[in-house]
Parts: sequence; structure tokens; C-alpha cells
Amino acid sequence: MDLIADHISHRFGALDVLDDVSFTVRAGEVVAIVGPSGCGKSTLLSILGGLLRPSKGGAELRGAPPAGSLNPLTFVFQDFALLPWNTVEENVAFPLLHTGLGAGERRAVIDDALRRTGLTDFRAAYPKQLSGGMRQRVGIARALAVRPAILLMDEPLSALDSQTRELLMEDFVGLLADGAMGAVYVTHNLEEAVRLADRVVVLSRRPGRIREIVTIPMTRAQRGTADARGAMAALQGELWSLIRKEAIDAEREVQHA
Amino acid sequence: MLDRAPPEAKDQSAEATRPVAFRGAGFTSGGSRYSGWIALALVIAIWQLAGSAGWVNPLFLPAPSAIAVAITKLATSGALWQHLSWSIMRIGTGWIIGTAAGVVVGFAIGLSTMARGVGITFISALFPIPKIALLPLLILWLGIGEEPKIATIALGVFFSTAISVYSGVDAVPRNLIRMAQSFNVPFHAIVRRVIWPGALPSILAGFRITASVALLLVVSAEMIGAQYGIGAFVLQAGNLMQTDQLLAGVVILSLFGLAVGKLINLLETRLLHWR
Repeated sequence: MDLIADHISHRFGALDVLDDVSFTVRAGEVVAIVGPSGCGKSTLLSILGGLLRPSKGGAELRGAPPAGSLNPLTFVFQDFALLPWNTVEENVAFPLLHTGLGAGERRAVIDDALRRTGLTDFRAAYPKQLSGGMRQRVGIARALAVRPAILLMDEPLSALDSQTRELLMEDFVGLLADGAMGAVYVTHNLEEAVRLADRVVVLSRRPGRIREIVTIPMTRAQRGTADARGAMAALQGELWSLIRKEAIDAEREVQHA
Repeated sequence: MLDRAPPEAKDQSAEATRPVAFRGAGFTSGGSRYSGWIALALVIAIWQLAGSAGWVNPLFLPAPSAIAVAITKLATSGALWQHLSWSIMRIGTGWIIGTAAGVVVGFAIGLSTMARGVGITFISALFPIPKIALLPLLILWLGIGEEPKIATIALGVFFSTAISVYSGVDAVPRNLIRMAQSFNVPFHAIVRRVIWPGALPSILAGFRITASVALLLVVSAEMIGAQYGIGAFVLQAGNLMQTDQLLAGVVILSLFGLAVGKLINLLETRLLHWR
């Protein structure tokens, strides 16, 4: 299933946030969206996921979702968005309660999602008892439980410390390795974008327009090797050179706002 | 390759060392578990001493022992239960009616833009009115039976409940609602599984306030027009200068308020264990 951003423009009141953004996320593809602060990355993701109605254009799907997908477009949130009154298991079960799955099938799906994210031993814990990294794992388990076609990830690692980020990035690489699931990955971290994405959509400063779409010329498996570090650093440098000036301008704009 | 240094021991130089002064004391919340009870016992002891030594006229301030005797007599004669049961009936009925209506209206205001526009205007206009001032009007409308007293309590409880409920709904983190929407969770399930538990801390805090409001209003209403009830009993005792009886009634009201507070604490412990 492909996800298409079709000439999306959006404004909040008098503020133009996005201007004529178009690109396609193909089935199984990981597309990162980067750009200066305030360029509309998260707004674009909300529009793509159907949580925000754009002022112009729209998000479209092409092709059927994978068999058994309960929620083809599934978000992983920056702030985890876990229900604090529910245990880990209940949080993972939450999106399944209204899907028509039987109790036995639901149990199997939950067990599988907890196993894949290493949470089996924490199923009875409450979010407040978990570290930030473990909370995000619960968010990922909840997303996996509905068998998404495309994960919509809004800076999923930005609230975490660098060691936890590294561990979760390895998890993401593993989860997306077989190409069964695509992803749109919004981030301000170019290292994450280069590490995970097949293509990187670079947005300009507000109103966000597509400045470049950069293809990463390596498989994700290759990027994990020591030999690839130099090439990845060079790619990061190229991406940074694309957005550096606009990031400085955007920063000054934010400070003057 | 990492260049590893050996573990460092304390430097044994000739110059004397001194410990870094601790500067982090104080400004922490919390206190002794028993300090409140000790302070209360101390005040009662001083009060008793003042009464026993004749420092204060027992007509104006009876000693705690005299109040205890009055409570015992009231309990053994059955009068205490008679008055208390009437008050509890009025508080219970008025509180349940006011709370049910307040929860419904509060949720409507919290969830519906139209209800918010209308509801908040009315609540803002009517909430500041002292509800006891409406009792004569309610007697005119509903007669001189129990209905006006219960209605007064229900009105007092209703406004505070509605405000705490819609404030609670407003305080539910929007990201949780968006999360639920992103999984196509139906509206009724979002209300039940996200908004209700998210608003519960505010709702229970509201219960604590409305329990006090109900107690205040039942005493006022009983003082205006009732034969039985703690408020009526306190008023009668005051009229007859039976200050030990009067204070016995006040102590019973205080104990009743404490018991309700404990009940709400229990509810919070049970329902908000996740906090």
C-alpha cells in the first residue's frame, strides 16, 4: 500500500505552515522528513495520518493494505501517549478492543507484540514504573499489535537519552528489515534519518516546501557496518548543508517571535 | 582502540583536605506522621486544663470532657442517631441528585462545543449565588417538607460538580485523545476509556469540595426549617444556652466531615492507584 501526499498545503489562521507538498511513500519504504524547526514536519505527519484536515490537497492511499492489517496508518508518538491508568498489556490491548478480534486471537496478538519489543516481563507494569525507552517500546508494541502497513513516527526518539535512542534505533532497523512495513519518520536528527530511511524528504523553512528528496544509496543492513560510517557521515553532511542556512534563519525567526 | 586509565585512588598530597559543606537542607515537603495528632491532643489538653481550672466560663466554652459526656448521653438516648439519620438522608439524597446532574452536565460541557457555550454562561451566572438564599423560594415552589432542603443541597453540589467535571475533561491530555483517534477507537470508547479515567482525579477532588458544600448547606437548611437534623439540634441547643450540647453537635459534624474525607481518600486510593 502506497501513501501519497498530494499537493498538501496548510495554514493555521494567518500562518502558512505547508505549501504544496507532494511525495509518495511506496509499500515497505521508509521515508524520513527533515527540515528546520517550525517547517511543518509534524503537521504534515498529522495530515498524512488523517488527524488534521489540510487547507489544500490531501493524503491518499493506493493499493490494498496487507491482509490482517487492523490500522494501516499507525502513529508512534514522540511523547509515547500511553494511558497512565493502564498496564503495559492493557495499553497494547487498547487499540484491539474495538476491532472485532476474539479474546484468544487478541491475546496472541498482544503476546506477539510484547515479545517482539522485549516487554513480556513488564506486561503488568504501569507506565510510571518504566523508563522513557521502555515506555516508547510500549508505544511501538501497541503500534505493532494492529499490524500497520505504514508507521507514522513523530520524532519517536527525541524525548530519550542518547543511549536509549541508540538501542531503540537498532529495534527500528530490526522491525523494518523485512520490508513488510513502511514508515514515515519525522525527525530533526539527520543521523537517525540517514540510518533508517530509504529516502529523505528535506523541507524548507516555513512555509514548508519540498526542497530536495534524497535517496540513501545503501541498504539498511549495510549502514550498520563500520565500513559505511564514512559514507553515512558524508550523507549527513550533505543533508546538513541543505538545511543549515534555513535552520539558522528559522532559529532566529523563532527567537524573534 | 580505547586508552584505559587505571582506577584513581585519593591523591595523597601533603596539602590538607576538607569536606564539601552540605547546603541542601530544608525546603522539602512532608512531615511527621503523628505531628498533627500530637498537636490536636495538646490543644485538647490545654482546653481541658482551662476548663477544669476554671479559667474559662463553661457556659461560653465547655471543657472537652463535658462535650464527651454530652455526646455519650445523646448516643445512649437515641437522639444522636435520630438527628444524624435525618441529616444523612438529606445530604445523601441531595448529593446524589446534584452529583448525577453535575456529572452529566459537566461531561456535556466538556465534550460538546454547543453545550459549552450555553452551559458555561449559565454556570458562571448562577454558581456565585449562595444557594441557601434560594431556600425560601424553593419552599414556595416545593412546599415545607424535605424537598426544598434536598433541592438546596443538590443545587449547591451540582454547580461545583459540573465545574470540576468539565475542568477535568479539559485537563485530559489531548495527545491521549489523538492517540485513540489514530487507532479509530469509537467516540463512546474514547469517553469511557480515555476521558473518564483522565478526568477522574479532578472529579474526585470535586467530590471532596461538594461533600463540604453539602454539609454546610444541610446545617443551614436544617437551621431554617427542620425539627430533626444536626443543624436543627445545634440551633435548639444554642437557643437553650446548652453549649455542651451545641458543641457536641459541632463535634459530630466535624467527625462526619472527617469520615466523608476518609471515604474519598479510600476512593482515590482505589481508583487513582496508577498515579
